[in-house]
Amino acid sequence: MLIGLHHYLIVAAILFTIGVFGIFVNRKNVIIILMCVELILLAVNINFVAFSTHMEPVAGADPIVGQIFALFILTVAAAEAAVGLAILVVYFRNRGNIAVENIDLMKG
Amino acid sequence: MLIAITFYLMAFTAIASAFMVVASRNPVHSVLFLILTFFSAAGLFILMGAEFIALLLVMVYVGAVAVLFLFVVMMLDVDFVELKQGFLTYIGPGMLVAGILLAEMILVGAAYFAGETKTVVPTDPNTSNLEAFGDVLYTQYAGAFEAAGLVLLVALVGAVVLTLRERKGVRTQDAVKQMSRTREEGVELVDIDPGQGLG
Repeated sequence: MLIGLHHYLIVAAILFTIGVFGIFVNRKNVIIILMCVELILLAVNINFVAFSTHMEPVAGADPIVGQIFALFILTVAAAEAAVGLAILVVYFRNRGNIAVENIDLMKG
Repeated sequence: MLIAITFYLMAFTAIASAFMVVASRNPVHSVLFLILTFFSAAGLFILMGAEFIALLLVMVYVGAVAVLFLFVVMMLDVDFVELKQGFLTYIGPGMLVAGILLAEMILVGAAYFAGETKTVVPTDPNTSNLEAFGDVLYTQYAGAFEAAGLVLLVALVGAVVLTLRERKGVRTQDAVKQMSRTREEGVELVDIDPGQGLG
């Protein structure tokens, strides 16, 4: 049995779908939504690394660049988690709950 | 064969624990399943030969981000019972959107890679993954690397600024006030007559 590129892509697709599904289903808990965003970013990272490692080297295009972009995504995801959780803590301090349904006070 | 077994084990663990992140009743369990997902994804990266990203994933996610999540989940006093009430209401549209997304992505992938199995391209055994990584990162992408550091700095300062609060009515030490005291206003010399006391 040969494990090829499409195996990894399908795993990434399923992870991405689970992340989107989680965002749709959770209407009460912002923390789960933040975790689902992390899952989606992980799926993107798997795609980047899979394409990077399965790519034949071409003149003028180093395959390792895919992994470098995965590093940048990792950085942004970590920053996003930190700021998102900080906002969550402030919100909880003001309101006493973290239900998503209640974050529509302005009815925009 | 061993690679195939490892792949299916890692992939199945990743997908199952990712589903448990969404479906788990207790947010603490969700965070622990998120850790498991990232750990098995790191296993997949190792399998592909991207060791550096795999170890980074373990360090950054399992070591930092997941602990941050766990910290916040445990710090917030949330009623776990009511958290899951909307689950069944939204499961219909959620399944619909997720199903369409998955079908589309797999169809595109299947159409593109029909009939051909592309395996991992072997890299030069003389240079390690880390070496190749650094060669490109610190030359071609040095500016982006610095920008990534800046993003982290902004996130760090932003998180502190957001959550810092000054409490009223707490006696704290004011260093400027302490140090700007002069001898004249702090010390008073009183000449007390014997037997009289301080009036």
